[in-house]
Amino acid sequence: MIELHHISKSFGEHEVLKDVGATFERGQVNFVIGRSGSGKSVMTKCTVGLIEPDQGHVSFDGRNFTALSRRDRKEIRQEIGMLFQGSALFDSMTVLENVSFPLKMFSNMSDPEISKRALECLDRVELADAGSRFPAECSGGMQKRVGIARAIAMNPKYLFCDEPNSGLDPQTAIVIDQLIMEITREYNMTTVVISHDMNSVMEASDTIHFVHEGRILWRGDRAGLLAGGVPELEEFVFASELMRRIRKAGEI
Amino acid sequence: MKPYLRAMRWLFHIGRYMQLLSASFRRPEKGRVFRRLFIRELDAIGTQSIGIVALLSLFMGAVICLQTAHQIGGWIPVYTIGFTVRQTMILEFSPTLIPVILAGKVGSNIASQIGTMRVTEQIDALEIMGVNSAGYLILPKILAGLCIVPFLVILSMFMGIGAGAWVGVATGVSSLADFEYGMQVDFHVFDVIYALTKTVAFGFILTSVSAYHGYYAAGGALEVGRSSTRAVVWSVVIIMVANLILTQMLLN
Ligand SMILES: Nc1ncnc2c1ncn2[C@@H]1O[C@H](COP(=O)(O)OP(=O)(O)O)[C@@H](O)[C@H]1O
Ligand SMILES: [Mg+2]
Repeated sequence: MIELHHISKSFGEHEVLKDVGATFERGQVNFVIGRSGSGKSVMTKCTVGLIEPDQGHVSFDGRNFTALSRRDRKEIRQEIGMLFQGSALFDSMTVLENVSFPLKMFSNMSDPEISKRALECLDRVELADAGSRFPAECSGGMQKRVGIARAIAMNPKYLFCDEPNSGLDPQTAIVIDQLIMEITREYNMTTVVISHDMNSVMEASDTIHFVHEGRILWRGDRAGLLAGGVPELEEFVFASELMRRIRKAGEI
Repeated sequence: MKPYLRAMRWLFHIGRYMQLLSASFRRPEKGRVFRRLFIRELDAIGTQSIGIVALLSLFMGAVICLQTAHQIGGWIPVYTIGFTVRQTMILEFSPTLIPVILAGKVGSNIASQIGTMRVTEQIDALEIMGVNSAGYLILPKILAGLCIVPFLVILSMFMGIGAGAWVGVATGVSSLADFEYGMQVDFHVFDVIYALTKTVAFGFILTSVSAYHGYYAAGGALEVGRSSTRAVVWSVVIIMVANLILTQMLLN
Protein backbone atom coordinates (compact mmCIF):
# COMPACT_ATOMS: atom_id res chain seq x y z
CA MET A 1 0.00 0.00 0.00
CA ILE A 2 1.24 3.47 -0.88
CA GLU A 3 -0.03 6.53 0.95
CA LEU A 4 0.38 10.17 0.04
CA HIS A 5 -0.13 12.59 2.91
CA HIS A 6 -0.74 16.29 2.25
CA ILE A 7 1.64 16.55 -0.70
CA SER A 8 2.16 20.08 -2.05
CA LYS A 9 4.50 21.18 -4.79
CA SER A 10 5.07 24.50 -6.54
CA PHE A 11 7.39 25.48 -9.36
CA GLY A 12 8.12 29.13 -8.65
CA GLU A 13 4.76 30.86 -8.42
CA HIS A 14 2.97 27.98 -10.08
CA GLU A 15 1.25 25.76 -7.51
CA VAL A 16 1.03 22.38 -9.23
CA LEU A 17 -0.04 20.11 -6.35
CA LYS A 18 -2.21 21.33 -3.50
CA ASP A 19 -2.51 19.19 -0.39
CA VAL A 20 -2.84 15.89 -2.26
CA GLY A 21 -3.78 12.80 -0.30
CA ALA A 22 -4.20 9.36 -1.83
CA THR A 23 -4.09 5.68 -0.97
CA PHE A 24 -3.06 3.03 -3.47
CA GLU A 25 -3.95 -0.55 -2.55
CA ARG A 26 -1.82 -3.68 -2.91
CA GLY A 27 -2.83 -6.17 -5.59
CA GLN A 28 -4.93 -3.54 -7.35
CA VAL A 29 -4.59 -1.31 -10.36
CA ASN A 30 -5.00 2.20 -8.96
CA PHE A 31 -5.78 4.81 -11.59
CA VAL A 32 -4.97 8.48 -11.36
CA ILE A 33 -6.99 10.33 -13.98
CA GLY A 34 -7.30 13.94 -14.99
CA ARG A 35 -6.79 16.36 -17.84
CA SER A 36 -3.40 17.10 -19.36
CA GLY A 37 -1.49 19.49 -17.16
CA SER A 38 -3.54 18.72 -14.05
CA GLY A 39 -0.42 17.53 -12.23
CA LYS A 40 -0.59 13.74 -12.61
CA SER A 41 3.03 13.29 -13.68
CA VAL A 42 4.32 15.66 -11.02
CA MET A 43 2.28 13.75 -8.45
CA THR A 44 3.85 10.45 -9.52
CA LYS A 45 7.34 11.93 -9.56
CA CYS A 46 6.79 13.28 -6.05
CA THR A 47 5.62 9.83 -4.98
CA VAL A 48 8.75 8.06 -6.20
CA GLY A 49 11.10 10.88 -5.19
CA LEU A 50 12.17 12.08 -8.65
CA ILE A 51 10.81 15.45 -7.50
CA GLU A 52 11.00 16.54 -3.86
CA PRO A 53 7.59 17.66 -2.58
CA ASP A 54 7.54 21.01 -0.75
CA GLN A 55 5.27 19.59 1.92
CA GLY A 56 3.84 16.27 3.01
CA HIS A 57 5.22 12.76 2.86
CA VAL A 58 4.79 9.46 1.08
CA SER A 59 4.84 6.09 2.76
CA PHE A 60 5.41 2.71 1.14
CA ASP A 61 3.78 0.00 3.29
CA GLY A 62 4.22 2.17 6.35
CA ARG A 63 7.81 3.21 5.60
CA ASN A 64 8.13 6.98 5.38
CA PHE A 65 9.98 7.36 2.08
CA THR A 66 10.20 11.16 2.07
CA ALA A 67 12.04 11.27 5.41
CA LEU A 68 14.70 8.77 4.32
CA SER A 69 18.21 9.75 3.29
CA ARG A 70 19.36 9.17 -0.27
CA ARG A 71 21.16 6.02 0.85
CA ASP A 72 18.19 4.45 2.59
CA ARG A 73 15.85 5.37 -0.24
CA LYS A 74 17.80 3.08 -2.51
CA GLU A 75 16.31 0.04 -0.80
CA ILE A 76 12.76 1.15 -1.57
CA ARG A 77 13.73 2.39 -5.03
CA GLN A 78 14.74 -1.12 -5.94
CA GLU A 79 11.25 -2.30 -5.07
CA ILE A 80 9.78 0.19 -7.54
CA GLY A 81 9.30 -0.44 -11.23
CA MET A 82 8.31 2.38 -13.51
CA LEU A 83 7.02 2.60 -17.04
CA PHE A 84 7.59 6.07 -18.46
CA GLN A 85 5.38 8.04 -20.79
CA GLY A 86 7.89 7.78 -23.64
CA SER A 87 9.12 4.33 -22.51
CA ALA A 88 12.57 5.81 -21.66
CA LEU A 89 14.42 2.76 -22.95
CA PHE A 90 18.19 3.17 -23.08
CA ASP A 91 18.71 3.65 -26.78
CA SER A 92 22.36 2.60 -26.80
CA MET A 93 21.36 -0.87 -25.56
CA THR A 94 19.47 -3.75 -27.14
CA VAL A 95 16.08 -4.79 -25.81
CA LEU A 96 17.65 -7.66 -23.88
CA GLU A 97 20.34 -5.40 -22.41
CA ASN A 98 17.67 -2.93 -21.35
CA VAL A 99 15.80 -5.58 -19.43
CA SER A 100 19.04 -7.02 -17.99
CA PHE A 101 20.28 -3.61 -16.88
CA PRO A 102 18.69 -3.38 -13.41
CA LEU A 103 19.75 -6.98 -12.73
CA LYS A 104 23.33 -6.19 -13.75
CA MET A 105 23.43 -3.14 -11.52
CA PHE A 106 21.75 -4.50 -8.42
CA SER A 107 21.63 -8.27 -8.30
CA ASN A 108 24.39 -10.71 -7.54
CA MET A 109 23.31 -13.05 -10.31
CA SER A 110 25.78 -14.49 -12.77
CA ASP A 111 25.56 -13.45 -16.42
CA PRO A 112 23.68 -16.59 -17.56
CA GLU A 113 21.21 -16.18 -14.68
CA ILE A 114 20.67 -12.54 -15.67
CA SER A 115 20.00 -13.47 -19.28
CA LYS A 116 17.61 -16.17 -18.20
CA ARG A 117 15.63 -13.81 -15.97
CA ALA A 118 15.60 -11.08 -18.62
CA LEU A 119 14.31 -13.55 -21.20
CA GLU A 120 11.61 -14.67 -18.79
CA CYS A 121 10.45 -11.07 -18.45
CA LEU A 122 10.54 -10.55 -22.22
CA ASP A 123 8.61 -13.76 -22.65
CA ARG A 124 6.01 -12.48 -20.18
CA VAL A 125 5.36 -9.50 -22.46
CA GLU A 126 5.51 -11.77 -25.52
CA LEU A 127 8.73 -10.34 -26.90
CA ALA A 128 11.03 -13.31 -26.36
CA ASP A 129 12.36 -13.12 -29.91
CA ALA A 130 12.97 -9.35 -29.99
CA GLY A 131 15.89 -9.35 -27.56
CA SER A 132 18.56 -8.39 -30.07
CA ARG A 133 16.70 -5.40 -31.51
CA PHE A 134 17.45 -1.82 -30.55
CA PRO A 135 14.63 0.36 -29.16
CA ALA A 136 14.65 2.48 -32.33
CA GLU A 137 13.76 -0.64 -34.29
CA CYS A 138 10.66 -1.35 -32.16
CA SER A 139 7.12 -0.03 -32.63
CA GLY A 140 5.55 2.13 -29.91
CA GLY A 141 3.60 -0.79 -28.50
CA MET A 142 6.69 -2.97 -28.40
CA GLN A 143 8.64 -0.25 -26.64
CA LYS A 144 5.96 -0.06 -23.96
CA ARG A 145 6.11 -3.80 -23.51
CA VAL A 146 9.91 -3.72 -23.22
CA GLY A 147 9.44 -0.92 -20.67
CA ILE A 148 7.12 -3.20 -18.69
CA ALA A 149 9.57 -6.09 -18.92
CA ARG A 150 12.37 -3.86 -17.62
CA ALA A 151 10.12 -2.54 -14.84
CA ILE A 152 9.27 -6.03 -13.58
CA ALA A 153 12.78 -7.50 -13.92
CA MET A 154 13.62 -6.91 -10.26
CA ASN A 155 10.29 -8.32 -9.02
CA PRO A 156 9.03 -4.97 -7.81
CA LYS A 157 6.41 -4.51 -5.12
CA TYR A 158 5.27 -1.25 -6.67
CA LEU A 159 4.65 -0.47 -10.31
CA PHE A 160 4.08 3.01 -11.73
CA CYS A 161 2.88 3.55 -15.28
CA ASP A 162 2.74 7.08 -16.68
CA GLU A 163 0.21 7.08 -19.52
CA PRO A 164 1.05 3.54 -20.58
CA ASN A 165 -1.04 3.70 -23.72
CA SER A 166 -0.52 7.22 -24.95
CA GLY A 167 0.28 7.17 -28.65
CA LEU A 168 -0.97 3.62 -29.17
CA ASP A 169 -3.87 2.48 -31.28
CA PRO A 170 -6.94 1.36 -29.26
CA GLN A 171 -6.30 -2.34 -29.76
CA THR A 172 -2.66 -2.23 -28.74
CA ALA A 173 -3.66 0.04 -25.84
CA ILE A 174 -6.05 -2.61 -24.54
CA VAL A 175 -3.31 -5.25 -24.76
CA ILE A 176 -1.04 -3.07 -22.61
CA ASP A 177 -3.86 -2.39 -20.12
CA GLN A 178 -4.58 -6.07 -19.79
CA LEU A 179 -0.92 -6.87 -19.39
CA ILE A 180 -0.64 -4.37 -16.55
CA MET A 181 -3.72 -5.84 -14.92
CA GLU A 182 -2.45 -9.42 -15.21
CA ILE A 183 1.01 -8.77 -13.85
CA THR A 184 -0.43 -6.75 -10.98
CA ARG A 185 -2.40 -9.83 -9.88
CA GLU A 186 0.45 -12.22 -10.62
CA TYR A 187 3.06 -10.38 -8.58
CA ASN A 188 0.55 -8.93 -6.10
CA MET A 189 1.95 -5.47 -6.76
CA THR A 190 0.67 -2.06 -5.79
CA THR A 191 0.17 -0.59 -9.24
CA VAL A 192 -0.44 3.06 -10.04
CA VAL A 193 -1.53 3.96 -13.56
CA ILE A 194 -1.75 7.53 -14.77
CA SER A 195 -4.14 8.02 -17.61
CA HIS A 196 -6.51 10.40 -19.30
CA ASP A 197 -7.96 7.69 -21.49
CA MET A 198 -11.50 6.67 -20.50
CA ASN A 199 -11.17 3.42 -22.44
CA SER A 200 -8.32 2.39 -20.25
CA VAL A 201 -10.04 3.46 -17.07
CA MET A 202 -13.08 1.34 -17.89
CA GLU A 203 -10.86 -1.56 -18.93
CA ALA A 204 -8.37 -1.89 -16.15
CA SER A 205 -9.08 0.21 -13.06
CA ASP A 206 -9.77 -1.11 -9.57
CA THR A 207 -9.61 2.24 -7.79
CA ILE A 208 -9.72 5.72 -9.30
CA HIS A 209 -8.41 9.09 -8.11
CA PHE A 210 -9.50 12.13 -10.11
CA VAL A 211 -7.03 15.02 -10.16
CA HIS A 212 -8.16 18.49 -11.13
CA GLU A 213 -5.84 21.50 -11.05
CA GLY A 214 -3.56 19.86 -8.54
CA ARG A 215 -6.26 18.65 -6.15
CA ILE A 216 -7.83 15.23 -5.72
CA LEU A 217 -11.49 16.06 -6.30
CA TRP A 218 -12.91 12.56 -6.24
CA ARG A 219 -11.98 8.96 -5.42
CA GLY A 220 -13.94 5.81 -6.13
CA ASP A 221 -14.27 3.02 -8.67
CA ARG A 222 -15.67 2.40 -12.17
CA ALA A 223 -19.29 2.14 -11.06
CA GLY A 224 -19.07 5.39 -9.13
CA LEU A 225 -17.37 7.11 -12.03
CA LEU A 226 -20.42 6.76 -14.27
CA ALA A 227 -22.78 7.76 -11.50
CA GLY A 228 -21.15 11.18 -11.50
CA GLY A 229 -21.71 13.77 -8.79
CA VAL A 230 -18.75 16.12 -9.08
CA PRO A 231 -19.22 18.56 -12.01
CA GLU A 232 -15.50 18.64 -13.00
CA LEU A 233 -15.41 14.86 -13.02
CA GLU A 234 -18.55 14.59 -15.12
CA GLU A 235 -17.10 17.05 -17.57
CA PHE A 236 -13.95 14.92 -17.83
CA VAL A 237 -15.67 11.55 -18.06
CA PHE A 238 -18.39 12.57 -20.45
CA ALA A 239 -16.24 14.72 -22.68
CA SER A 240 -16.73 12.39 -25.65
CA GLU A 241 -19.89 11.65 -27.56
CA LEU A 242 -19.28 7.93 -26.97
CA MET A 243 -19.35 8.32 -23.20
CA ARG A 244 -22.45 10.55 -23.38
CA ARG A 245 -24.23 7.84 -25.34
CA ILE A 246 -23.24 5.25 -22.78
CA ARG A 247 -24.75 7.42 -20.07
CA LYS A 248 -27.94 7.78 -22.11
CA ALA A 249 -28.15 4.08 -22.72
CA GLY A 250 -27.77 3.46 -19.01
CA GLU A 251 -30.62 5.78 -18.19
CA ILE A 252 -33.08 4.04 -20.50
CA MET B 1 19.47 41.89 -17.47
CA LYS B 2 20.35 43.69 -14.23
CA PRO B 3 23.94 43.04 -13.14
CA TYR B 4 23.03 41.60 -9.76
CA LEU B 5 20.57 39.20 -11.36
CA ARG B 6 23.27 38.10 -13.75
CA ALA B 7 25.62 37.55 -10.82
CA MET B 8 22.95 35.48 -9.08
CA ARG B 9 22.54 33.33 -12.18
CA TRP B 10 26.26 32.73 -12.33
CA LEU B 11 26.34 31.74 -8.69
CA PHE B 12 23.41 29.42 -9.29
CA HIS B 13 25.22 27.67 -12.16
CA ILE B 14 28.48 27.39 -10.25
CA GLY B 15 26.69 25.93 -7.25
CA ARG B 16 24.74 23.44 -9.33
CA TYR B 17 27.88 22.46 -11.24
CA MET B 18 29.70 21.76 -7.96
CA GLN B 19 26.74 19.74 -6.72
CA LEU B 20 26.69 17.67 -9.88
CA LEU B 21 30.42 17.03 -9.60
CA SER B 22 30.13 15.85 -6.02
CA ALA B 23 27.27 13.55 -7.03
CA SER B 24 29.39 12.22 -9.90
CA PHE B 25 32.30 11.35 -7.67
CA ARG B 26 30.32 9.07 -5.36
CA ARG B 27 31.44 5.47 -5.35
CA PRO B 28 30.10 3.64 -8.45
CA GLU B 29 27.44 0.98 -7.89
CA LYS B 30 29.15 -1.86 -9.70
CA GLY B 31 32.89 -1.92 -10.38
CA ARG B 32 32.52 -4.22 -13.35
CA VAL B 33 29.91 -2.04 -15.04
CA PHE B 34 31.98 1.06 -14.33
CA ARG B 35 35.11 -0.40 -15.91
CA ARG B 36 33.22 -1.21 -19.07
CA LEU B 37 31.80 2.31 -19.29
CA PHE B 38 35.24 3.78 -18.66
CA ILE B 39 36.80 1.78 -21.46
CA ARG B 40 34.00 2.75 -23.81
CA GLU B 41 34.65 6.42 -23.04
CA LEU B 42 38.39 6.02 -23.54
CA ASP B 43 37.51 4.85 -27.00
CA ALA B 44 34.89 7.53 -27.67
CA ILE B 45 37.01 10.41 -26.40
CA GLY B 46 40.45 9.05 -27.26
CA THR B 47 40.67 6.59 -30.11
CA GLN B 48 38.04 8.34 -32.15
CA SER B 49 39.81 11.68 -31.86
CA ILE B 50 43.26 10.50 -32.93
CA GLY B 51 42.59 11.22 -36.60
CA ILE B 52 41.55 14.84 -36.21
CA VAL B 53 44.27 15.57 -33.63
CA ALA B 54 46.96 14.08 -35.88
CA LEU B 55 45.72 15.90 -38.96
CA LEU B 56 45.56 19.32 -37.33
CA SER B 57 48.92 18.89 -35.62
CA LEU B 58 50.66 17.88 -38.84
CA PHE B 59 49.42 20.95 -40.66
CA MET B 60 50.08 23.26 -37.73
CA GLY B 61 53.67 22.05 -37.32
CA ALA B 62 54.26 22.46 -41.05
CA VAL B 63 52.82 25.98 -41.11
CA ILE B 64 54.79 27.15 -38.07
CA CYS B 65 57.94 25.88 -39.78
CA LEU B 66 57.26 27.80 -43.00
CA GLN B 67 56.17 30.94 -41.10
CA THR B 68 59.31 31.00 -39.01
CA ALA B 69 61.53 30.37 -42.03
CA HIS B 70 59.86 33.28 -43.76
CA GLN B 71 60.40 35.61 -40.78
CA ILE B 72 63.98 34.91 -39.83
CA GLY B 73 65.03 36.19 -43.22
CA GLY B 74 68.74 35.31 -43.32
CA TRP B 75 70.51 36.91 -40.36
CA ILE B 76 68.81 34.90 -37.53
CA PRO B 77 70.31 31.39 -37.24
CA VAL B 78 68.40 28.72 -39.17
CA TYR B 79 68.15 26.45 -36.14
CA THR B 80 65.57 28.96 -34.79
CA ILE B 81 63.06 27.19 -37.03
CA GLY B 82 63.32 23.90 -35.16
CA PHE B 83 63.36 25.77 -31.86
CA THR B 84 60.21 27.76 -32.66
CA VAL B 85 58.28 24.76 -33.94
CA ARG B 86 59.11 22.85 -30.76
CA GLN B 87 58.28 25.69 -28.39
CA THR B 88 55.02 26.60 -30.08
CA MET B 89 53.78 23.03 -30.24
CA ILE B 90 54.79 22.11 -26.70
CA LEU B 91 53.86 25.33 -24.94
CA GLU B 92 50.64 26.45 -26.56
CA PHE B 93 49.34 24.72 -29.65
CA SER B 94 49.14 21.15 -28.37
CA PRO B 95 48.12 21.78 -24.74
CA THR B 96 45.59 24.55 -25.42
CA LEU B 97 44.26 24.29 -28.94
CA ILE B 98 43.88 20.51 -28.96
CA PRO B 99 41.57 20.63 -25.90
CA VAL B 100 39.64 23.46 -27.57
CA ILE B 101 39.17 21.31 -30.65
CA LEU B 102 38.18 18.38 -28.46
CA ALA B 103 35.63 20.63 -26.73
CA GLY B 104 34.02 21.03 -30.13
CA LYS B 105 34.14 17.38 -31.06
CA VAL B 106 33.83 15.51 -27.77
CA GLY B 107 32.05 18.18 -25.71
CA SER B 108 29.11 18.60 -28.05
CA ASN B 109 28.82 14.85 -28.25
CA ILE B 110 28.76 14.45 -24.46
CA ALA B 111 26.17 17.22 -24.04
CA SER B 112 23.83 15.93 -26.70
CA GLN B 113 24.11 12.35 -25.50
CA ILE B 114 23.33 13.20 -21.88
CA GLY B 115 20.80 15.87 -22.90
CA THR B 116 18.86 13.36 -25.00
CA MET B 117 18.81 10.97 -22.07
CA ARG B 118 17.46 13.79 -19.89
CA VAL B 119 14.59 14.86 -22.16
CA THR B 120 13.54 11.28 -22.97
CA GLU B 121 13.39 10.50 -19.22
CA GLN B 122 16.22 7.94 -19.45
CA ILE B 123 17.95 9.73 -16.57
CA ASP B 124 14.74 9.45 -14.52
CA ALA B 125 14.65 5.76 -15.42
CA LEU B 126 18.18 5.34 -14.03
CA GLU B 127 17.32 7.24 -10.86
CA ILE B 128 14.14 5.27 -10.25
CA MET B 129 16.11 2.02 -10.39
CA GLY B 130 18.37 3.46 -7.71
CA VAL B 131 21.31 4.15 -10.02
CA ASN B 132 23.25 7.35 -9.28
CA SER B 133 22.75 8.80 -12.75
CA ALA B 134 25.46 11.45 -12.39
CA GLY B 135 28.03 8.87 -11.38
CA TYR B 136 26.92 6.44 -14.04
CA LEU B 137 26.88 8.92 -16.92
CA ILE B 138 29.46 11.55 -15.99
CA LEU B 139 32.26 10.02 -13.94
CA PRO B 140 33.48 7.63 -16.68
CA LYS B 141 33.64 10.55 -19.10
CA ILE B 142 35.58 12.81 -16.73
CA LEU B 143 38.07 10.10 -15.80
CA ALA B 144 38.51 9.09 -19.42
CA GLY B 145 39.08 12.76 -20.30
CA LEU B 146 41.71 13.13 -17.58
CA CYS B 147 43.54 10.02 -18.79
CA ILE B 148 43.32 10.33 -22.53
CA VAL B 149 43.58 14.05 -23.32
CA PRO B 150 47.23 14.24 -22.18
CA PHE B 151 48.02 11.32 -24.50
CA LEU B 152 46.38 13.06 -27.43
CA VAL B 153 48.38 16.16 -26.60
CA ILE B 154 51.67 14.25 -26.51
CA LEU B 155 50.73 12.69 -29.83
CA SER B 156 50.04 16.16 -31.17
CA MET B 157 53.46 17.42 -30.04
CA PHE B 158 55.28 14.61 -31.83
CA MET B 159 53.18 14.96 -34.97
CA GLY B 160 53.63 18.73 -35.13
CA ILE B 161 57.36 18.71 -34.60
CA GLY B 162 57.78 15.79 -37.00
CA ALA B 163 55.77 17.55 -39.69
CA GLY B 164 57.77 20.74 -39.13
CA ALA B 165 61.03 18.90 -39.65
CA TRP B 166 59.77 17.13 -42.73
CA VAL B 167 58.44 20.27 -44.40
CA GLY B 168 61.55 22.22 -43.42
CA VAL B 169 63.81 19.72 -45.10
CA ALA B 170 61.51 19.09 -48.06
CA THR B 171 61.22 22.78 -48.93
CA GLY B 172 64.89 23.39 -48.24
CA VAL B 173 64.44 26.11 -45.61
CA SER B 174 66.40 24.10 -43.05
CA SER B 175 68.73 21.14 -43.06
CA LEU B 176 67.78 18.19 -40.88
CA ALA B 177 70.84 18.84 -38.72
CA ASP B 178 69.87 22.48 -38.13
CA PHE B 179 66.31 21.51 -37.29
CA GLU B 180 67.47 18.81 -34.89
CA TYR B 181 69.86 21.19 -33.21
CA GLY B 182 67.13 23.83 -32.79
CA MET B 183 64.75 21.17 -31.54
CA GLN B 184 67.12 20.31 -28.72
CA VAL B 185 68.61 23.66 -27.82
CA ASP B 186 67.59 25.14 -24.48
CA PHE B 187 65.11 22.34 -23.83
CA HIS B 188 63.56 22.15 -20.37
CA VAL B 189 61.65 19.10 -19.21
CA PHE B 190 59.62 21.50 -17.07
CA ASP B 191 57.97 22.85 -20.23
CA VAL B 192 56.49 19.46 -20.96
CA ILE B 193 55.37 18.98 -17.36
CA TYR B 194 53.84 22.45 -17.47
CA ALA B 195 52.01 21.63 -20.69
CA LEU B 196 50.67 18.32 -19.46
CA THR B 197 49.50 19.82 -16.17
CA LYS B 198 47.42 22.31 -18.10
CA THR B 199 46.16 19.54 -20.33
CA VAL B 200 44.84 17.48 -17.45
CA ALA B 201 42.92 20.51 -16.20
CA PHE B 202 41.49 21.16 -19.67
CA GLY B 203 40.45 17.51 -20.03
CA PHE B 204 38.52 17.85 -16.80
CA ILE B 205 36.90 21.12 -17.86
CA LEU B 206 35.78 19.99 -21.29
CA THR B 207 34.18 16.76 -20.09
CA SER B 208 32.57 18.08 -16.91
CA VAL B 209 31.27 21.37 -18.32
CA SER B 210 29.75 19.59 -21.32
CA ALA B 211 28.19 16.95 -19.11
CA TYR B 212 26.72 19.70 -16.92
CA HIS B 213 24.99 21.35 -19.85
CA GLY B 214 23.56 18.06 -21.08
CA TYR B 215 22.47 16.90 -17.64
CA TYR B 216 20.37 20.00 -17.03
CA ALA B 217 18.85 20.24 -20.50
CA ALA B 218 15.09 20.68 -20.20
CA GLY B 219 12.41 20.51 -22.85
CA GLY B 220 12.75 18.78 -26.20
CA ALA B 221 15.11 18.08 -29.06
CA LEU B 222 15.59 21.78 -29.72
CA GLU B 223 16.79 22.30 -26.19
CA VAL B 224 19.25 19.41 -26.53
CA GLY B 225 20.76 21.17 -29.54
CA ARG B 226 21.04 24.42 -27.59
CA SER B 227 22.61 22.70 -24.63
CA SER B 228 25.22 21.17 -26.89
CA THR B 229 26.09 24.59 -28.32
CA ARG B 230 26.29 26.05 -24.82
CA ALA B 231 28.52 23.16 -23.80
CA VAL B 232 31.06 23.96 -26.52
CA VAL B 233 31.01 27.71 -25.96
CA TRP B 234 31.38 27.46 -22.19
CA SER B 235 34.02 24.74 -22.33
CA VAL B 236 36.12 26.88 -24.66
CA VAL B 237 35.67 30.07 -22.62
CA ILE B 238 36.50 28.32 -19.35
CA ILE B 239 39.51 26.57 -20.92
CA MET B 240 40.83 29.96 -22.07
CA VAL B 241 40.33 31.58 -18.66
CA ALA B 242 41.89 28.59 -16.92
CA ASN B 243 44.77 28.77 -19.39
CA LEU B 244 45.53 32.32 -18.34
CA ILE B 245 45.31 31.53 -14.64
CA LEU B 246 47.34 28.31 -14.89
CA THR B 247 50.02 29.91 -17.03
CA GLN B 248 50.47 32.67 -14.47
CA MET B 249 50.50 30.16 -11.61
CA LEU B 250 52.85 27.64 -13.22
CA LEU B 251 55.36 30.15 -14.54
CA ASN B 252 55.81 31.75 -11.11
N1 LIG C 1 9.97 20.64 -13.82
C1 LIG C 1 8.94 21.49 -13.94
N2 LIG C 1 9.15 22.83 -13.82
C2 LIG C 1 8.13 23.71 -13.92
N3 LIG C 1 6.86 23.36 -14.14
C3 LIG C 1 6.57 22.06 -14.28
C4 LIG C 1 7.60 21.06 -14.19
N4 LIG C 1 7.01 19.85 -14.36
C5 LIG C 1 5.71 20.09 -14.56
N5 LIG C 1 5.43 21.41 -14.51
C6 LIG C 1 4.10 22.02 -14.66
O1 LIG C 1 3.20 21.34 -13.81
C7 LIG C 1 1.93 21.20 -14.42
C8 LIG C 1 1.49 19.76 -14.35
O2 LIG C 1 2.29 18.98 -15.20
P1 LIG C 1 2.16 17.41 -15.33
O3 LIG C 1 2.13 16.81 -13.99
O4 LIG C 1 3.20 16.97 -16.25
O5 LIG C 1 0.73 17.26 -16.01
P2 LIG C 1 0.02 15.90 -16.47
O6 LIG C 1 -1.20 15.80 -15.59
O7 LIG C 1 -0.38 16.12 -17.89
O8 LIG C 1 0.96 14.78 -16.30
C9 LIG C 1 2.06 21.73 -15.83
O9 LIG C 1 1.44 22.99 -15.88
C10 LIG C 1 3.54 21.83 -16.06
O10 LIG C 1 3.83 22.93 -16.86
MG1 LIG D 1 2.00 13.56 -17.73
